[in-house]
Amino acid sequence: MIYLDNAATSWPKPPQVLKAMTDVLERAGGNPGRSGHRLSIAAARVIYDTREEIARFFGVTNPLRVIFTGNATHAINLALRGILKPGDHVVTSSMEHNAVMRPLRNLEKQGVRLSIVPCAADGSFDPGDLAGAVNSTTRLVVMTHASNVVGTLLPVAEIASVTHQAGALLLVDAAQAAGALPINIPEMGIDLLAFTGHKELLGPPGVGGLVIADNVDASQIKPLIRGGTGSRSESEEQPDDLPDKFESGTANLAGIAGLGAGLKWITDRGISEIRGHMKKLSQTLIDGLSALPMVKVYGTLNPERSVAIVSFTVTGKRVSEIGLRLDEEHSLLSRVGLHCAPAAHKTIGTFPEGTVRLAPGVFTTGRDIQEATQAISKVARS
Amino acid sequence: MTQYGVALFHTTSAVMRAEKLLIKGGYVIKLIPTPRQFSSDCGIALRFDWNHCEQVKSELDEAKVEFDSIKFLDTKPI
Repeated sequence: MIYLDNAATSWPKPPQVLKAMTDVLERAGGNPGRSGHRLSIAAARVIYDTREEIARFFGVTNPLRVIFTGNATHAINLALRGILKPGDHVVTSSMEHNAVMRPLRNLEKQGVRLSIVPCAADGSFDPGDLAGAVNSTTRLVVMTHASNVVGTLLPVAEIASVTHQAGALLLVDAAQAAGALPINIPEMGIDLLAFTGHKELLGPPGVGGLVIADNVDASQIKPLIRGGTGSRSESEEQPDDLPDKFESGTANLAGIAGLGAGLKWITDRGISEIRGHMKKLSQTLIDGLSALPMVKVYGTLNPERSVAIVSFTVTGKRVSEIGLRLDEEHSLLSRVGLHCAPAAHKTIGTFPEGTVRLAPGVFTTGRDIQEATQAISKVARS
Repeated sequence: MTQYGVALFHTTSAVMRAEKLLIKGGYVIKLIPTPRQFSSDCGIALRFDWNHCEQVKSELDEAKVEFDSIKFLDTKPI
């Protein structure tokens, strides 16, 4: 079987991830920070250590600015709903996933003014276009770092610079980029970074987070949910302390432990080496598919300017049929359709049919890519 | 008999920071359920040798670990 659906969720996970998850439930299974006995404290330590590793990974000094959530969508909702008020202006790109678009469309109904800056057909974004879209009432700019449809990278540092000139905050959706390439929050000028644990960070599903840059005033962000935090229990009001303000309810201990192990696996191997490996696979895949008659490949076709996500269509064939045949006849697992990103498909010209998306992972080999290309060649011809 | 002090915090994460810091500094400490006579801010408190009270306080201050207060742990029965 060849698994090329790592943009949906990475698979397989490193064995250390599975082991960390079972270990933590066996030896540290208390409720973190709630009870004060040894199992509760052991659980709190695992969560705090992972918080520290995430902060270090993204270049943030204060680990308490790492807020654990269920996934990137939850983190994006926390940031958008926590910051935007009726009358505020928000700017986004036309390559966004529905994790960004749906909360924004909903906020628009509540009086938030939304501008969508169009991207080019290869998904690329011109920061000059952003300069024309922001104004003195712009509160927030929210952009994906890497498109989940074609992998195209958006120029985050340039976007941050334009955003800050307008006096706004930048929220980056790093669902596809975190773990795929180095991200340094202060160097890139990111104010808020939403990530998920189960994609390139190699953790399990059900854990993600919002990282608030060291210099961003967290008091301007309202919590999405309120409840028990194990702290200031005498009060019936939500505490303002970080991270408790945003983390009510019992944390996903096993998920966080797994994410910590995934992160360690990545840092041990080296993010630059991983990026190099993925670029090579991506180039082989793009070259192989581009050489096939009837096959159209979307995006920049340049692995330097994208993460390893490749979308294609075949003239005269439904993407759903291609996906099914690749699975049944060649054990090649892909994802077909709109990938929860109708705006992105409109931008690249594949709406409403969608594309077949191939996303190699860290465990994908050059041979896997060759076999996948041969399989697609066969399916495209018959 | 060792006399103890306890450092009280607002959040579990702050306790975790303090624990790491003080272990690194070579202090003998233990995390304990917060003694009820002090505060219910956070379920966990950090117990240390009362002789090190000033050093513990300055270590936490220097590392900017937010804490609520430091108390002498009186173990007399209520």
